Amino acid sequence: MSVVLPGELVPAQHVNLKLGPGLQQEAASQVTATRAGILEHSANNSRWWVESNSRRYVPAPQEPVVGVITGRLGEGWRVDIGSAHNASLDALAFEGASRRNRPNLKVGSLIYARVSLAHKDMEPELECFDAQTRKAEGFGELKGGFLVRCSLRMSRNLLDPNHFLLPLLGSRFPLDAAVGVNGRVWISAKEPKQTIAAARCIEGADPDGGGMDQLALKMFLDSLDF
Amino acid sequence: MRPPSPSIPEKEFLFSTLEKSLRLDGRGLIEMRPLELTFGEELGHVDCTLGKTRVLAQVDAKMVRPLPERPFEGIISVHSEISPMASPEYESTGRPSDEEVALSRMLDKVIRRSDAVDREALCILAGQRVWHLRLTIHCLSDAGNLLDCACMAGMVALRHFRRPDVEVIGDEVTVHPPSSRAPVPLSLHHTPFSLTFALFAPSSSHTNISSQTAPITLLDPSLLEQRLASGTLSLALNAQRELCVVHKAGGVPLTPEEVLSAVNIAVQKAKELEKMVDARVREDWAMKKIEVR
Repeated sequence: MSVVLPGELVPAQHVNLKLGPGLQQEAASQVTATRAGILEHSANNSRWWVESNSRRYVPAPQEPVVGVITGRLGEGWRVDIGSAHNASLDALAFEGASRRNRPNLKVGSLIYARVSLAHKDMEPELECFDAQTRKAEGFGELKGGFLVRCSLRMSRNLLDPNHFLLPLLGSRFPLDAAVGVNGRVWISAKEPKQTIAAARCIEGADPDGGGMDQLALKMFLDSLDF
Repeated sequence: MRPPSPSIPEKEFLFSTLEKSLRLDGRGLIEMRPLELTFGEELGHVDCTLGKTRVLAQVDAKMVRPLPERPFEGIISVHSEISPMASPEYESTGRPSDEEVALSRMLDKVIRRSDAVDREALCILAGQRVWHLRLTIHCLSDAGNLLDCACMAGMVALRHFRRPDVEVIGDEVTVHPPSSRAPVPLSLHHTPFSLTFALFAPSSSHTNISSQTAPITLLDPSLLEQRLASGTLSLALNAQRELCVVHKAGGVPLTPEEVLSAVNIAVQKAKELEKMVDARVREDWAMKKIEVR
């Protein structure tokens, strides 16, 4: 494990080098870190990234996010995704949407979307379908349930299939979840008590909050009533 | 940038849980978040956390000439500022935001106008020299109920603070540094605590014109509860059941009985807080090895 600071040179070398978040290439083979965190790389050294934790989301293309509609914008909507600028969502960026048949979203609705465009000088853009297949694949409006806010590290952890929390919760009660990497997690269970228990577990496991490990969290979950 | 108001699912979920008397963080309706006080190196430096809300308060004293209209009284000034550090919601524009004005007015009422500090005891030489106490409050993180946390931090800082001992012989004023004589605590009349209740109007589906149901009251609201509440009731009182401030904002009508029951809850909490604050301040003084007289 190696810790890097912004501006530090990173020994990333590969014929087919792919740089992830927190790294940037300056000269031909000079890679520097732009963020403080732990430097990680894939097994064959081709992918490198910096693992760090923060609360402010910086959009990156193809990332799933949970947003709140804040207003109409011509043909589409303005969406708050927790980044410095609001994102825009086109009314036609939904499965089966056409000029006649538009999704009915109100101000305050929650949506699960993918960032389709993220450029440092432009407003981010979202889409609720796969541009190739035109299928929703789980994206769209989130109805009911509750929105939990957590650190960005926690939301990435929740998307990790090997992370213990969601399988643990799922073994206790049926649960729907939509994890946005912008530090927002939508959860929906049958009973409000179960939703509250899930929200408190996410807060408890968050490295920014309780920071519990698997064992501690299991005991915490057992102490809750749902 | 001002964040948008809470989303529809958040709003609906909160209201549905309140009807079942549940809170999102698992607290009871009149339960506060855990309060923690951390004292700094200096006297009168307190870091107060209420759940994830965090406020830092600092007291310092210097000698000044008193105001001509009040020659026998010391001066107390409270400075509070909400910076964008507390929450991205607050902006650092030139003029103070509504929340900032509300906070500083409430702090002024709770700490200065409730006469918590004996101002005449701050007089050194009538008309010539008095102590000027400056209480600075920094809001570090706002996770709901910043007001109570700020009042608590301010009052605890005043209780923790000690001014240097002075000796007056004739017109000669001698200030003894802490190394030669133990500094003296401020003389406080009482310690008011602010307690805020969030009020939720009973949902319209149950309301009959004939039998009005009472609004739901929550003690120590979290950020989401505070933003969705239809009104708030802030009470400042001390453990001796003396009410200093009653501040009700928002348009929820309350019957006298409901206000009184809120006051009774607040008195109970104030007694608990008083005990805890007293123990913590003494503990820290004992650790710092300042002679307690």
